[in-house]
Amino acid sequence: MVSEPTQLVDPGERSAQALALAQDIVTRALASGATEAEALVTSEDAALTRFANSEIHQNVAETSIGVNLRFCLGRRIAVAATGRTDDAGLRALVERAAAAARSVEELEDWGGLPAPTGGHPNGPSAAGYAAATAEASPEFRADGVRAVIAAADAAGVLAYGAFSTAREGIAVSNSAGIHAAHERTTSQLLTVQMSPDGGTGYAEAAATDATTIDAAAIGREAADKARASEHPISLPAGEYSVVLEEYAVVDIADMLGYLGFSALAVQEGRSFAEPGRRVGSDLITIVDDGSDPAGLPMTIDFEGVAKERVVLVERGACRDVVYDSQTAARAGRTSTGHGLPAPNPWGPFPLNMVVDAGATPREALIGSLDRGLLVTRFHYTNPVHPKLAIVTGMTRDGTFLVEGGRIVGPVRNLRYTQSYLDALAGVTAVGRERRTLKGFLGSAVVPALRIDAWTFTGTTEH
Amino acid sequence: MRDLTDRALDTAASLGAAYADCRIVRRLEESISIKSARLEGVASGESEGFGVRVLVDGAWGFASSHRLDFDEADRVAGLAVRIARASASALRDRVALDARPPAVGQYVTPVAEDPFEVSLETKIGDLLAADRAAVGVPGVSFTESSYGAQRESKTFAATDGSFTEQVITHVGAAVEANAIEGDEHQRRSYPDAGGGWGAGGYELIRRLDLAGNAARHGEEAVALLSAPQCPSGLTTVVLDPGQLYNQVHESCGHPTELDRVFGTEASYAGTSFLTTDKMAEGFRYGSDLVTIVADATAAGGMGTFGWDDEGVAAQSVDLVRDGIFVGYQTSRETAPRIGRSSGGGMRADGWNRIPLIRMTNINLLPVAGMSLDEIVADTDDGLYLTTNRSWSIDDRRLNFQFATEIAYEIKGGKLGRLFKNPTYTGITYEFWRSCDAVGDASSYVMLGTPNCGKGEPSQSAHVGHGVSGARFRNVQIGVGKW
Repeated sequence: MVSEPTQLVDPGERSAQALALAQDIVTRALASGATEAEALVTSEDAALTRFANSEIHQNVAETSIGVNLRFCLGRRIAVAATGRTDDAGLRALVERAAAAARSVEELEDWGGLPAPTGGHPNGPSAAGYAAATAEASPEFRADGVRAVIAAADAAGVLAYGAFSTAREGIAVSNSAGIHAAHERTTSQLLTVQMSPDGGTGYAEAAATDATTIDAAAIGREAADKARASEHPISLPAGEYSVVLEEYAVVDIADMLGYLGFSALAVQEGRSFAEPGRRVGSDLITIVDDGSDPAGLPMTIDFEGVAKERVVLVERGACRDVVYDSQTAARAGRTSTGHGLPAPNPWGPFPLNMVVDAGATPREALIGSLDRGLLVTRFHYTNPVHPKLAIVTGMTRDGTFLVEGGRIVGPVRNLRYTQSYLDALAGVTAVGRERRTLKGFLGSAVVPALRIDAWTFTGTTEH
Repeated sequence: MRDLTDRALDTAASLGAAYADCRIVRRLEESISIKSARLEGVASGESEGFGVRVLVDGAWGFASSHRLDFDEADRVAGLAVRIARASASALRDRVALDARPPAVGQYVTPVAEDPFEVSLETKIGDLLAADRAAVGVPGVSFTESSYGAQRESKTFAATDGSFTEQVITHVGAAVEANAIEGDEHQRRSYPDAGGGWGAGGYELIRRLDLAGNAARHGEEAVALLSAPQCPSGLTTVVLDPGQLYNQVHESCGHPTELDRVFGTEASYAGTSFLTTDKMAEGFRYGSDLVTIVADATAAGGMGTFGWDDEGVAAQSVDLVRDGIFVGYQTSRETAPRIGRSSGGGMRADGWNRIPLIRMTNINLLPVAGMSLDEIVADTDDGLYLTTNRSWSIDDRRLNFQFATEIAYEIKGGKLGRLFKNPTYTGITYEFWRSCDAVGDASSYVMLGTPNCGKGEPSQSAHVGHGVSGARFRNVQIGVGKW
């Protein structure tokens, strides 16, 4: 039996071991009668230190591995998964997958497992891997947390948040010739800070190299905002111009990726995306790029296909959407490398979105606002009308009234019900600086935006 | 199993842990996914591992692994102790646990028809029959049908001598019909968006009669395309159980989690408006008709078990009694801070996650007087809302906005025409205070969700909700131009 990849230190060696395990599973499946087979091996060493009331209250670590086998008997497909990688576990895995494949009906438009694409070499990749993150200790994370807490202490507020570090590996082998692996590291430090007078503030950073995160600066940013948002006034619901900080913009990118930039959403008629359709102002360009070093790179998808750079929106107009092998087969084209683990009824998703930076410094975004709101971030967003990308959610952790280009004071949080497409169409300036953030779909690199009209539909008590 | 838990606990104790517990969890899962009468996916999964939680110098540490052997038990226990010592470097108040007797025993979910023994052909056939019935309705654009089953076998052991073994089985299924025309996308789901889930076996799936209900929901999805937009304004709404349980979940379940109140979820899901001073003062949460409990003993609920993941026995805890806020969902760490003992609310999402306070079965108890049908008959003018479509609530659980898949107009005590895209919004306690009717026991059903999110790293929990439908007055529906 091959070794488990999580026990190794070198990312190349770990990828090679994961690929050997995947290849072993494919060989077993073919020997059991599979006409095609695909094995996905995911592994992770992840740790997270969580703090609240300016103390660490939760501190966890995990070592995990998962194996996913897609077993094909002609057009009859079944998937089995396990966390057991000993011989008995793998034998049981193949038996379960084979038995299920014999029980299911044929998938009429099955396009076959993906094959390697030209120009994208097979083999392991470690883009976005930082040894310092992979080896980050509990003491390293505690140091970062103490720096955040020190900033909170200095401002007289309490700190809440989490500092996570992870090594993540995926390896895919299939009978059509895919033999690809990727190792990466990710880290994220986020904090909410609360003042005794009701103010709250937020700051976050994500990076492949945890040592590049300036914990003290993150702490100061949130603490300053918590102090600045004390004693908010109530504003009535209605339409306001807004400046959305990057923490809010990431939700727009993710929600549009979830609702519309997927080939399956297009094929099922539930997407807003059509080539050439104008969905944003000329200032908006959005791509998905798993190789952009500004983000958290992921160079292959969960089918082992190399990720292509896909232009989703170019100067306000829809250009393309992302594909996996099944949606690509239906469309008569090749996968763009955006598949999820099989079976996947949800379709492909863009997990590495990048929004082009603009030319406007942060101060000028606010400075050009005659009257409107500066929004730090959104909370609990959910689509109300998916095809029009109408979303409801709340503001949170720092919402401010701006008049005459100056922040005049904090306001209580507001509920909005707003088409994100209409919002993109109303973008009048794009921030020069961008942040790398984790969203609910993956990672994103986004600037702040100024939008001429945003519909707030309710108020709350804080 | 006992050899491994003993080894992990002994190692943790020898390295300085004042308290340690170890959970070994094996999870089996099966899923079937069908789209427009095409079998899209059949999958089975197996996950096994253990987690060790330790208390050292008054601070928590936790580590976990999928490798079940003595060497790994030593490594993981040692790592948990090291992590706890790092936690202690940023600690202001030492953790103190409430006293409880050692937990010993076994619990098994009652199952009449083992879902893992029912043939795959039968399960696929049942689901396909339902999906075909829905997709065959003229005007339906596509359908999605799903089946899922999960069995979790877990062993819990602690340094205080606790040792429990539990086998918990949940199943769920749904059929969803989608109709699309231009920019309008309407969906009707049966029995619930995301699936009708419960604790038990395949008998629950048979009871749903998916095939018998699929076509009706397909027809409603198509009818919604040409239905008028739901109007805006103040009106009376009757929430059926399928929407009411979501309302209970978001506006009572989450805000009564005591860890949220103490701020430990502040950086993620937020805090709660139900601060401890409100419990002391007897805050009026709802009308006299509103009594809500967290009941881990309720039959068929997905939050039903023998012991929680701290070894506290299953029990029922009052949260709201006759409209007055009286209690929280608690843990061994949080309960002593309000002068109580744990209500047994701690659960973890598998072996690699630490237990958090999670809803068990948060139930709005029925009120004798009127069935749900009789509440509708008793309503002159209003809306009947069913099947959740979207949900959102602020970070203190006050301002909420829900959308449902469909609204039926109520006129003169009868259900009438359909409205599309209904939404309603409010402030939690104002909404519950406006409740003037709760369905009786004849309308009471146990529902729930298999995907309640909480925590960092994220955890998903299966939680139950017993509800019977209720009526609310002067509710804001619609949101202006949408």
